[in-house]
Amino acid sequence: MAIINFLKPKNKLEEGGRTAAPVQRDEGEPEKKCPNCHKDIPLSRLWANHLVCACGHHFRMKARQHIGVVADKGSFQELYDEKIASNPLQFPGYGEKVDTVRLASGEREAVICGTARVGGQACCLFAMEPYFMMGSMGSAVGEKITALFEYAAEKRLPVIGFTVSGGARMQEGLLSLMQMAKTSAAVKRHSDQGLLYIAVLTDPTTGGVTASFAMEADIILAEPGATVGFAGARVVKQTTRKALPGGFQTAEFVQEHGFIDAIVPRSNQKQQLTELLKMHNGGCVDESDAI
Amino acid sequence: MSQTPYDRVKLARGSGRPTGLDYIGNIFKGFMEFHGDRRFGDDPAIVGGIARLNGSPVTVIAIEKGHTARERAKRNFGAPHPEGYRKALRLMKQAEKFGRPVVCFIDTSGAYCGVSAEARGQGQAIAENLWEMSTLCVPIISILIGEGGSGGALALAVADRVWMLQNAVYSVISPEGCASILWKDAGKAENAAASLKLTAEDAKSLGVIEQILSENEIGQKPFYDRIRTLLDREFQTLSRDPDLVGRRYERFRRIGADAPVR
Repeated sequence: MAIINFLKPKNKLEEGGRTAAPVQRDEGEPEKKCPNCHKDIPLSRLWANHLVCACGHHFRMKARQHIGVVADKGSFQELYDEKIASNPLQFPGYGEKVDTVRLASGEREAVICGTARVGGQACCLFAMEPYFMMGSMGSAVGEKITALFEYAAEKRLPVIGFTVSGGARMQEGLLSLMQMAKTSAAVKRHSDQGLLYIAVLTDPTTGGVTASFAMEADIILAEPGATVGFAGARVVKQTTRKALPGGFQTAEFVQEHGFIDAIVPRSNQKQQLTELLKMHNGGCVDESDAI
Repeated sequence: MSQTPYDRVKLARGSGRPTGLDYIGNIFKGFMEFHGDRRFGDDPAIVGGIARLNGSPVTVIAIEKGHTARERAKRNFGAPHPEGYRKALRLMKQAEKFGRPVVCFIDTSGAYCGVSAEARGQGQAIAENLWEMSTLCVPIISILIGEGGSGGALALAVADRVWMLQNAVYSVISPEGCASILWKDAGKAENAAASLKLTAEDAKSLGVIEQILSENEIGQKPFYDRIRTLLDREFQTLSRDPDLVGRRYERFRRIGADAPVR
């Protein structure tokens, strides 16, 4: 079942991005309350720590911020920026919603794709955008991901992908459902050439993205505490009419059940991804370089 | 036709329609059911096995909803668990090994949304089917016979040909779910059904299916005879295709590839 959680950024910080100006308060530095430890954290400290609270809570991040965390400085070259959503079914209100979201998010679509270097290693990189209709997958998202895997297969490059998604974009109906099959086929072709794909699941990764390319990686990593599942918790609760177990659909729950390789905090991601890329690039690595 | 798209949804859900096992029993001969995913268990919502289609062996897989209240409860109302999808995949890989075609009958409101299904990796099970079916080296034909509910239906529909019964529906989300998310009102399901373009005619015009199957004399011998003839003929065509897998890739690759470039 496709679940679209369309969430507006709750404030300037969540709106994120390099462009968002801090909210000015009457006195002192602006702060943000951590939903986990309930402490107020100065924004500057959050920014310096990749939007991670001292208690370990990972705040949601924009696609370009994820790219910024792992890509070598200045190495990211965007691809397929020109592919954007249309309103193929003439779904009521969809065109207007996309226009609004484009302005609010500063992005043209719900996934950013390109090439980059991570720790000096060339790769293809994609990151989904939570502030663009909660990373929902329509035709343009499916097209960009598919094109990226085809490009990576042609250039024999590994792919690293940061997922965040409410699922298929229901305003594109069956066309969005078919993107699950299309992206899966492209990931398979890339894989059949012996090439590496690492997914990093971020909060939340659900619905049709979980049921396609998020769960098809050779190595599946996740951020601590990220919601990972197929059906939304609310739908599960409605269907079963029972209380949900504690920690249901957290990355830790999903790892315990055998579907995630490792949970990697943001502070370690670049180092871990670099090491994984090096271990798969065919050459031997001097052990003194190893972590 | 004066039926609204929501009327079609109600028809597709109707309990009087033939279910998966009716198709298997009337189209094929000598069906032998194979149980279990060899991982965890056996899901009664998906039945599968081998049978003969005009004499030739085929692998047959169907989502089964059941007819009576007791059957429907046993079949979990046609909402499969991960082990159902894994059983289907096991049987498809077996078909590939022995070079026989695969036919899938699809009828589900969606993959089961429960704690057990999530714990056992519903998303991963569906993803693996999409991934493996995209390169399965034998012909696959999938027929939507009632409800085609989202990823739970697509997990058996990455096929060379996808057909729909005239009153079947195929959708990314139920009209009620769509209405409650978008308009906070499940009562607007009629509007959602119209907007989602989920009828067989819509699916055909969107290029998602190849053929609409008439429901004349549905459930009777001539109805099943027609489908048998169609399947037999199409499998003969597909089995002669030297680039079956490449063509299947292109079949899905072109959907949504015309996203506007601005």
